Amino acid sequence: MKNTENKGGNEAIASLPPSTESAIELKNITKRFGHVVANSHVNLKVRTGTIHGIVGENGAGKSTLMNILFGLYKPDSGMIFLNGQAVDVNSPEKSIALGIGMVHQHFMLVPTFTVLENAMLGNEGSMLLRSGEEVVLDRLKGLSNNYGLDVDFEAIISDTPVGMQQRVEILKALNRGAKILILDEPTGVLTPQETIGLFDILRSLREQGVTIILITHKLKEIMSITDTVSVMRGGKVVADFSTEKTSPEELAENMVGRKVLLSIKKPTLKVGKPVLEVKNVSHESKDGVLVLKNISFDLKEGEILGIAGVAGNGQSELLDILSGIETLQRGQITVNDKTILPFQDWNSKKAREFGVAHVPEDRHKRGLVLPFHNYENSILGYHRNEDYSSGFLMDKRKILNFVDDLVENFDVRPRSSSISSGKLSGGNQQKLVLAREIESNPNILLVGQPTRGVDIGAIERIYEDLMKLKSKGTAILLVSVELDEIMSLSDRIVVMNQGTIVGETNSSNATELDLGKMMSGLEQV
Amino acid sequence: MLESFQIIISLLDSTIRIATPLIFCAMAGIFSERSGIIDIGLEGKMLLSAFVAATATFVTGSPIFGLFAAILASCSASLIHGFACITNKGDQVISGLAINILASGLTITLGIALFSRGGQTPPLASEQRFMPIDFPFLDQLSFVPVFGELFVEVISGHNILVYLSVLAVFFTYYIIFKTRFGLRLRAVGEKPEAVDTAGISVIKMRYQSILIAGMLCGLAGAYLSIAHGAGFGREMSAGKGYIALAAMIFGKWNPIPTLFACLLFGFLEALGVRLEGVELIWIGEVPVQVMQALPYVLTVVLLAGFIGKARAPGAIGVPYSKEG
Repeated sequence: MKNTENKGGNEAIASLPPSTESAIELKNITKRFGHVVANSHVNLKVRTGTIHGIVGENGAGKSTLMNILFGLYKPDSGMIFLNGQAVDVNSPEKSIALGIGMVHQHFMLVPTFTVLENAMLGNEGSMLLRSGEEVVLDRLKGLSNNYGLDVDFEAIISDTPVGMQQRVEILKALNRGAKILILDEPTGVLTPQETIGLFDILRSLREQGVTIILITHKLKEIMSITDTVSVMRGGKVVADFSTEKTSPEELAENMVGRKVLLSIKKPTLKVGKPVLEVKNVSHESKDGVLVLKNISFDLKEGEILGIAGVAGNGQSELLDILSGIETLQRGQITVNDKTILPFQDWNSKKAREFGVAHVPEDRHKRGLVLPFHNYENSILGYHRNEDYSSGFLMDKRKILNFVDDLVENFDVRPRSSSISSGKLSGGNQQKLVLAREIESNPNILLVGQPTRGVDIGAIERIYEDLMKLKSKGTAILLVSVELDEIMSLSDRIVVMNQGTIVGETNSSNATELDLGKMMSGLEQV
Repeated sequence: MLESFQIIISLLDSTIRIATPLIFCAMAGIFSERSGIIDIGLEGKMLLSAFVAATATFVTGSPIFGLFAAILASCSASLIHGFACITNKGDQVISGLAINILASGLTITLGIALFSRGGQTPPLASEQRFMPIDFPFLDQLSFVPVFGELFVEVISGHNILVYLSVLAVFFTYYIIFKTRFGLRLRAVGEKPEAVDTAGISVIKMRYQSILIAGMLCGLAGAYLSIAHGAGFGREMSAGKGYIALAAMIFGKWNPIPTLFACLLFGFLEALGVRLEGVELIWIGEVPVQVMQALPYVLTVVLLAGFIGKARAPGAIGVPYSKEG
């Protein structure tokens, strides 16, 4: 079973426990987008009433494959069998009729509609809403009780927490009679507690005969809930396993195609004096919502402070203020002994002058100008630096020299200075942004979601670079929604919920459950 | 006192006449924009259908035939818009603008070619138009003070399309908020992905919506040339399509508030006409141009001041595409 490297994975499937019946069988699926082959001769077999995991790095073709099964994309070749019957799934309409439901990574809910309206969309029960609502509500309440899908049918979607939105998505699929449920990265937006809740729901669905396909990049989740798992890499299924017979290490190795170091060696060094002090910072958004309330913390030389929290609890605004993108409204920030007061002249240029570098959360919107070439992106924000310009004009030769070293030292692939950054993979884009910021020799580095949409190989490299920077004494503020990342990188962790710091702990004695409770606002420490 | 009551009555009467095409167009706009398609081409569709209505009526002598021809013409313009920006994912504002320019040029060119009257169509006789309908019991009611007079002068005595426009408002409200079709239409304008993944065709929903919009614009155009007026005159829509668009935004894409916005704009225009050449206390005689500009100025003020929080449908203006 070890390191199965056959082309289609049939061999591995054959060695699985004999299946009574397969709910889904994909044979030889190939899909191209232009010149890019997203799926190449993919074979997949999922038994009825099981939870089957699909793991793979970004761009491995997982989502494409599932969108083909759901009828959103048409495969260029290959066959789909449901319960042994060859079927032609050419539209979502067809796949829904065949009993396939899909919960997409980005929820397909109408934000202005109520939970009920969203859950009934596509199967409204009647031409007129009022009579339809009665019928559907009865059915939905039955499903909701049956599977522990707790929702408030009257609530407007945009007011409900993401956990509930996900339950609405599952209800929506079940309302249309789904017997096969595909979940695409369902836990990315959930707290650990919500994840546990979701897994309970999935288990009770499985008990009642629903077949589930779970796409994720979190190996821990694969190990804890799936019965069988397929690994995809480069558009192909490279291995199939029975979950109990494999390990996270083996899965990771198959995902990347080589051995991966999942553990991080933290350099032990004494932290120095505080270089960033945040005192009583509050912030009101443009809509008049108080998004930050009395935030205070400090960050010391050689320390990594992790800010944990579910996305949208004020972390982004905090990063914006510290990096000079937003004006400071209330409170006080001290950066390297220089104090910034509310509405004082504070912007990203000044932040850089004070030694603050920033790897933004959204590298597409803020980290890079995607159509720009690598050499242009590599000096963005530092373009005033005399090293790159001779007075009024930019000095292209100097920039090219700089970027050639940069892509070499930070392993940005392809090692090209003139390729446009939009053509790089997510991981390599992130490496480029990180490289640029590290090369400016900051003594404070703000990092937002360093590994969002980044594949394992690149994550390994990014962690290494951060550790190297830490050992040089740079203070690092790490904002991430990935709890594992926060826990393994940080020395100290603060947790944010609804704009306040609800807890602080040392990473050595933090547990995922404690942090999760704080993240959901249930517990203050 | 009696005289000012008379003035108010006649102001209200013309308000309704002026507001009718605005109401049709604004409802058309609601159907289109609620499904995610910006419809700046209301103006052009109205103008085109006004021309077609007058021409078809002149040729056949039947206003009913003229009305259907107008609806057909307007729906064709909708289909062009749909082909450009639903099927081919073009820019909706550009496509709408193109329809306006096309309608403006085409009506004049065809008008001159067909009738050689400088772009006008020949005047229609009254039996070739939708004429005012008098309600029963008018004589008895006219003796009832205030209410009677209101009924006789304001409510009664309009052509059928005026009453139809009020029905159109309730029709729009009912369809959009009370039916399955309406739920899907609103969903497709807010989040088309949700509709697509629910197994409903986004393309089909949007085409249906803009066709309904086309029908309503056809009614507006027919009102201008074969009901309210007695023939087509060049550029006779005179920006009403844009005012209707403003009324729709002012009414936050909801039929009932939009109806009141249309009536308000209608009233402003009626007032403008009424105040031409009248000496006002403190101000004196107001130039005609100022009065004519009044509705537009107020539109701008209202748009800027009152509806700052109006929220357009989430996916408006964005062509839907599945693969990236």
